Amino acid sequence: MTKIRLATIWLDGCSGCHMSFLDMDERLIELAPYFDLVYSPYVDAKEFPKEVDLSIVEGAVSSDHDLEMIKKIRANSKTILALGDCAVTGNVSALKNLYGTDAVLQRGYFELADINKNKRYPSQIVPKLLDKVIPLHEAVKIDYFLPGCPTPADAVYETIKALIEGREINVNELTRFGK
Amino acid sequence: MKTITIAPVTRIEGHAKITIDLDKAGKVSDARLHVTQYRGFEKFCEGRFYTEMPSLTARTCGICPVSHVIASSKACDVLLSLTPPQAALNIRKIINLAQLLQSHALNFYHLSSPDFVYGFDALKEDRNIFKLMQTHPQMAKDGIELRAFGQKIIELLGGKKIHPEGIIPGGVSRKLEDDVKKNILSQIPRAMEIAKSTLKYFKENMHKFQKEIDTFAVFPSLFMALVNKDGTLEHYDGVLRFIDSEGNILEDAVDPQRYKEFIGEAAEEDSYLKSPYYKPLGYPDGMYRVGALARLNIASSCGTPLADEELKNFKALNGGKPVLNSFYYHYARIIEIIYAIEKIEELLNDEASLSEDIKADGKINKTVGVGCSEAPRGTLFHEYRVDENGVIEKVNLIIATGNNNLAMNAGVKQVAAAFVDANDITDGALNRVEAVIRCFDPCLSCSTHALGIVSSTIQLRDHDKKIIKIIERN
Repeated sequence: MTKIRLATIWLDGCSGCHMSFLDMDERLIELAPYFDLVYSPYVDAKEFPKEVDLSIVEGAVSSDHDLEMIKKIRANSKTILALGDCAVTGNVSALKNLYGTDAVLQRGYFELADINKNKRYPSQIVPKLLDKVIPLHEAVKIDYFLPGCPTPADAVYETIKALIEGREINVNELTRFGK
Repeated sequence: MKTITIAPVTRIEGHAKITIDLDKAGKVSDARLHVTQYRGFEKFCEGRFYTEMPSLTARTCGICPVSHVIASSKACDVLLSLTPPQAALNIRKIINLAQLLQSHALNFYHLSSPDFVYGFDALKEDRNIFKLMQTHPQMAKDGIELRAFGQKIIELLGGKKIHPEGIIPGGVSRKLEDDVKKNILSQIPRAMEIAKSTLKYFKENMHKFQKEIDTFAVFPSLFMALVNKDGTLEHYDGVLRFIDSEGNILEDAVDPQRYKEFIGEAAEEDSYLKSPYYKPLGYPDGMYRVGALARLNIASSCGTPLADEELKNFKALNGGKPVLNSFYYHYARIIEIIYAIEKIEELLNDEASLSEDIKADGKINKTVGVGCSEAPRGTLFHEYRVDENGVIEKVNLIIATGNNNLAMNAGVKQVAAAFVDANDITDGALNRVEAVIRCFDPCLSCSTHALGIVSSTIQLRDHDKKIIKIIERN
């Protein structure tokens, strides 16, 4: 069996889905021979590679950097799996849309800062926040959606296994929104 | 003059970027960590009912959600002016220690161990846990098993491994069942066996990293942690203590409700992570460190036999004075793993833990409440203001990792100066710049409530701060 080239990335999320990936525990060792992890927070690759078979993306798109990344991921991936509720719907990451980006920055860096020398939001070197947080499929085409907050490890395991083996599965038994 | 940027910083829990500024002579003039994500919990929690706060703020972080659930529930306990029953306190403590255990295991095995096993100059393709599975399968299995033990306890007592809903204002929602107690107790010996082998491995290999020990964020700073009134190690409750780098106590027995009298927060233009500082010394002189190193520097003892035995050796590193080398965060975390296992056993065997009485009920009695606990990475504060109906009007969070922001920046600069040569920028040097960040084990998704960090690119900037080169490490 050929190894697939696998990437995992976390955009605007809490990393819970990446932790759930690790919660596969010993099943990680079972799956490891079937993939090369070419890009992920768990490894030291710095640049998103070309010709990735499967990219697993956690989190929503909330900054210009997230947007750039998801486009790059789309251009370089055969298949994208949106992992977890933030990736699928925006979920908690999109709650800041209720007040708007400016109000959220105002609270964090003006009202709740004892010192803000230049009276500006963070704007140097760091990515710019978009006016609206969006789920992945609003930015690019997504092939598979796997909900959950976070997606349970069993669901992650069964889905990755099915994708490696190239067969369809019904994830309704394994996860649901908020589970 | 040039700037080197490392992005993304990898094998940390968050999104970050590092810039290293070089002067005309090619010497490091400055280096900074930039956290690159912002989620805005402090704003969007407004208008929510207080009972939603534990499960909502859990989503700040997937690595230490329990810390948020605990700090949040404790803030709500204050709003309700009640003390949860003893069984609830014990169960909360067990879940909290289980998280400490899993998080420390994650940092040691899944994120940092490749640096110890293969060295900081190893091929970057090799520096990860998947390589470890191939070359050191037992070690990788042990790491996975130790973390799984912690996660399993959280699931058994809190309902799920990540974002558990079993800790609520007034107590907990599940009593400790006898079979669950027996199940966890039966796994303790194996967990302790792994913890001891982790300690043995670390101590046997420490000598290989003398240069890193000597340069990874070694400087005088203050330290802050919760501690019991008798000076013993505490993660769930206790009072705040600040000490200086000589070990002198600056503030003691501070009720966390008064945290704002001692801690200020400074916003910077180039990071979404604010920098807390000790108010009496101002910014940036009021730099302090939190987390495992700070806790063991501050506590006089752990209060459990095996951890106390090892604490003696830890305290001897600097002749009884606070240990200033951030590399020893790794050592401190291993001691805390041992402590957590011992303490979980002790709490499970406390008869009070099995009581049916697990929740106190109350109404809103106060309009402001602070919840504080020691997260794996340090002291965490949740402050809520509510109206008389319990609807949230204002939220302030100071996240464990944020407390270390000034120290992490100082550490990055120190390591860059020691290892980065402008004429020959090696991957090993850049890996060390990231590795100093790994010592602090920052949880960046949390710390920016959560802004993340963009991973590590290294940018080289000239003396006008113009980017002249971006080194993508591939």
